[in-house]
Amino acid sequence: MIELIQTYWVYFLIGQYPQGPLGGVAATVLLAALALVLAMPVGLALGLARVSSIAALRRPVTVIAYVIRGIPLLLMVFWIYFYLPTVTGHKTDQFTTMLIALVVFDGVYLGEIVRAGIQGVPRGQYEAARALGLGHGKAMRRVILPQALRSMLPSLVNQFVSTIKATSLGYIIGLTEASFIATQINSQVFVHPTAVYLLLSLMYFVLCFGLSRVALMIERRQARRDLPRPARSPGSPTASSALNA
Amino acid sequence: MPGFDLQLLLHGQYHDWLVAGLLVSLKLAGLTIACALPLAIAIALLRLSPHRALQWLGATYVEVIRNVPLIAHLLFWYFGAPELLPDKLKERLYAGNFEFVAAAIGLTLYAAAFMAENIRSGIRAIPAVQFEAARALGLGFVAAMRRVVLPQALRVTVPPLLSQVIILWNDTSIATVIGVGEMMYQAARVESAAFHSVEAFAFVTVAYLAGSLALTAAATWIHRRWPVRTL
Amino acid sequence: MIRFNQVNKWYGEYHALVDIDETVAKGEVVVVCGPSGSGKSTLIRTVNRLEAIDSGTIAFEGEDIHRPGVDLNRLRSRIGFVFQQFNLFPHLTVLQNCTLAPIEVGGARPAQAHEKAMALLDRVGLAHKANAWPAELSGGQQQRVAIARALAMEPPLMLFDEPTSALDPEMVGEVLLVMQGLVRDGMTLVIVTHEMGFARDVAHRVLFMDQGRILERAEPHEFFEHPKHPRAQQFLADIRTPFARTA
Repeated sequence: MIELIQTYWVYFLIGQYPQGPLGGVAATVLLAALALVLAMPVGLALGLARVSSIAALRRPVTVIAYVIRGIPLLLMVFWIYFYLPTVTGHKTDQFTTMLIALVVFDGVYLGEIVRAGIQGVPRGQYEAARALGLGHGKAMRRVILPQALRSMLPSLVNQFVSTIKATSLGYIIGLTEASFIATQINSQVFVHPTAVYLLLSLMYFVLCFGLSRVALMIERRQARRDLPRPARSPGSPTASSALNA
Repeated sequence: MPGFDLQLLLHGQYHDWLVAGLLVSLKLAGLTIACALPLAIAIALLRLSPHRALQWLGATYVEVIRNVPLIAHLLFWYFGAPELLPDKLKERLYAGNFEFVAAAIGLTLYAAAFMAENIRSGIRAIPAVQFEAARALGLGFVAAMRRVVLPQALRVTVPPLLSQVIILWNDTSIATVIGVGEMMYQAARVESAAFHSVEAFAFVTVAYLAGSLALTAAATWIHRRWPVRTL
Repeated sequence: MIRFNQVNKWYGEYHALVDIDETVAKGEVVVVCGPSGSGKSTLIRTVNRLEAIDSGTIAFEGEDIHRPGVDLNRLRSRIGFVFQQFNLFPHLTVLQNCTLAPIEVGGARPAQAHEKAMALLDRVGLAHKANAWPAELSGGQQQRVAIARALAMEPPLMLFDEPTSALDPEMVGEVLLVMQGLVRDGMTLVIVTHEMGFARDVAHRVLFMDQGRILERAEPHEFFEHPKHPRAQQFLADIRTPFARTA
């Protein structure tokens, strides 16, 4: 197994770069990060639409969310891979295909996270903001969303983990991400499939587990900063010192 | 783009392929759920047990399985695991319908990890004081669990579990990677054999959607019929 | 300043406010009391339109405030509202809580708003906590900041929805003290409260509500010594001697 690692680690990490496109682990992480960043504005828009009081905004978005979550990501990848070229006129490469599919998927899931985040802010906050004379838009922007986004952070990191795992679907359409590279290595080496696939799994585990620990850490830090419920015993501030924005 | 040919879906060879694919998807999903649920309960109980070693075992299982994508699991079980077996056994495996078995194993282990977490959360959602109150009334451990904690936990757990089943139904599509003849595999097959693949993908889309929406409707109905009553 | 005219409100089948007719004059301090579910909170929440009404009119400073086309934000900037649960904004400092509305709604310059807010915080005794986070304050301190925040827009009317009900007993006094200061300054206040002692000392008038109706209106002395309506009598008896009830 050691020789395996020694011979192929660079190929596994970055694919054929610079003699070819970026591949391997680097491609996986890059694709996932790019997808999540591009999906954020989509998610924000969808989340706001789902909590909106305007039915014409809320209903179509709810339907879209149900449909997208009701089909496999792979199916969406196939639709885009086989049919987008006929719509746009030129062939879409694997990276772009996966990116579009991931942005759509992540957008919907982020929309759910945003919705949960907004609905998690106590109703009294919105009422207090409106009672002060702030309009709906300002109340959302200055009072609700800042609190919602803070509480969403652990979920966002978890969504990043999901996205990293989802990039593995690129294998099926020939994208040179980590799983694809691993299979290529396996077909060259041929006699150690167990080692190859165990190492692949190990890589994913280290990456994803590490990130989910970060999410847990963020969640814990936030729990300490939370506003306590009213009716507390006198003179005992919560987390004393380090509460800076 | 050629027009939509509904006839394609109703008779003929492609129809047969797609329907066969649907049946395989259903079989795979059904088998996985049947195996994953008991396993998930076992893992959840491990994590909730008072012994540190058992807790650690359950936690390790969940973390290792959950943080590796399903494709990597399937690739491992199909390509990686048999290598550890003696050659004769390995040949017999590959000669038979091993793809389906490998997919079932991989999917079961994967789904069980997520379901175990749902079950554990459900049980933990019931405040400990409920159990204490039951014991204080004189009920034994088993009776307290059976009459007070688990009925409440069940209602909380069912919706997320059903969500997980929907995810599982969608995840059967990934079995195509190791050559299982389920819906996605058949649709891709139609695509490369004919020029009419919109119909095939439409069929597959409707099939997955129907499954997901049926499960969502079931979850909503269950939630209405047996709501979670809290204080 | 406020005029209720045949106001009715339903929550589905439940008649929450029944034929409310009442006037609150400028400079008056009115206390609204009554059992749980009597509609007291609902009533004051209709004044700044946190609740809607189904019939009748409510006039504030002479204008019907529930008609369509009213500038809601401007209306609310002229009415200060203090919540039972304080509802301070946890992601802003105490000072920022108090300057948010003047800057965003009143269009004040930050320096101006800052100065005014500090003066208000000083008035409620919390100037030294200006840069603290709400989570660092006790309940009584949070509620006092909430009062300062509500005063920041210099509203002619202040509404209080059970301002001390969520506080531990030893913190109730500091909040009531601040409210007494407002009374001395001649502000118009409508207060929903269970604090009967405070009502006796400070209110000009007491309204007793039950099941959506105003059943009795009287000066505090009259109300507490000689309640006329049987339900008011029962309510006061229950408060004074909670164990005396037999049937």
